[in-house]
Amino acid sequence: MSDVHLPRHLKDVWPLLLNDPRAAVYAGGTDLLAKVRSADARPRSLVCLERVEELKGVRDDGEEVYIGAGTALEHVLHNPIIEKQFPVLVQAIRVLASPAVRHMGTIGGNIVTASPAGDTLPPLHVLDADVVVRSAKETRRASLASFIRGPGKVDLGSGEILAAVVVKKTAGFNIHHYEKVGKRKAQACAVASMAAIVDVSEDRVIRRARFAWGSVGPTVIVVPEVERAVLGRTLSMETLREAACIAESAVSPIDDLRASASYRRRLAGALLLRLCALQANNPSQEH
Amino acid sequence: MKISCTLNGTRIELSVPADRRVVDLLREDLGLTGTKESCGAGDCGACTILVDGESRLSCLMLAAQLEGREITTVEGLAESESVHVVQRAFAEQGAVQCGFCTPGMLLAATDLLHRNPRPSRGQIREAVTGNLCRCTGYQKIVDAVDKAARLVSGDES
Repeated sequence: MSDVHLPRHLKDVWPLLLNDPRAAVYAGGTDLLAKVRSADARPRSLVCLERVEELKGVRDDGEEVYIGAGTALEHVLHNPIIEKQFPVLVQAIRVLASPAVRHMGTIGGNIVTASPAGDTLPPLHVLDADVVVRSAKETRRASLASFIRGPGKVDLGSGEILAAVVVKKTAGFNIHHYEKVGKRKAQACAVASMAAIVDVSEDRVIRRARFAWGSVGPTVIVVPEVERAVLGRTLSMETLREAACIAESAVSPIDDLRASASYRRRLAGALLLRLCALQANNPSQEH
Repeated sequence: MKISCTLNGTRIELSVPADRRVVDLLREDLGLTGTKESCGAGDCGACTILVDGESRLSCLMLAAQLEGREITTVEGLAESESVHVVQRAFAEQGAVQCGFCTPGMLLAATDLLHRNPRPSRGQIREAVTGNLCRCTGYQKIVDAVDKAARLVSGDES
């Protein structure tokens, strides 16, 4: 039997982690408790963060938006600040699992689980998000890209928890896009996914572009060559086909039960082509 | 551990192991077998319950997490002896075949109608994405939620 602790404040979290450095920390439990059930994890004690008030909520800090790690995904999805500033994140969360799972699962949990297929990760990469890590002694901030070390591996030391993700407002990207290919629409792990934010002029010349792929490598894959290849070009099928070739050779997918590596490689390119059909609008100026 | 919560409108005190899964607590300890378990991993929605009005999966919650919460299972959906409007719509539209997914579907639909009393058919489909039904093909379930929405919002009697 495991002890289950439900601290209500951060100050109550630290002694629990000190007493049992191997305690399993969870928020929604949608990942960890499924693992406990299948006996992949046998924790002596469980620390559930779902009631820690300081970890919840979305705050507009002017230049950036602070999202508490313990904020349920469904609440991030319907938050007006997120809807206005980060449509790419909204699109990703909308296809993440199901409403019941999103009521339980948190944005911090999706990050710390560090699945190659984690749906919030490609959008948070293109948005150049940072994470805030806290312990009893200090608060530190790091880029999301440096925080995620590999499949299921994050840069969290003993006694540390993920407290927040901070996303800079990125004005002017007038195309926000996330698409995942899965075995079915909902409740499906991505076979491949791509997040994109693009800034195009009125005559569809690409001024800035950021892309990130999920499920085609051990962590999110970012390909700077693709971004360079499209800069200053018209957002057309011709431009995107060239970019797709670069993307296909840059990703490093694996064969698994969901798809073959070669299919995933083709998808990584094909997902880019969708951008051709999208109309630009300016999310930060919508009312 | 001792847990106090409200279950289907009644305040209760429980003495259970903190790490007992909520679905086991409901079905085996309390005899509320309306809540079903199928996958035990969050994929099927059969064990859906409402916690403080929001749909959650009782197979992925531990008893300790119920402290102070309001829980609704399918047994508590209808007030008094009558059937809940969503239940009536499911029966009338033929949205129940084997019935195993039905409690989860009813609670997922109730959660939707709390948030959005006039959903589109697309929104209904999104709301039950986490609830698998292997009998009906979903069409009649969507019809039933649509009907329930019209009844709840007073657009139809």
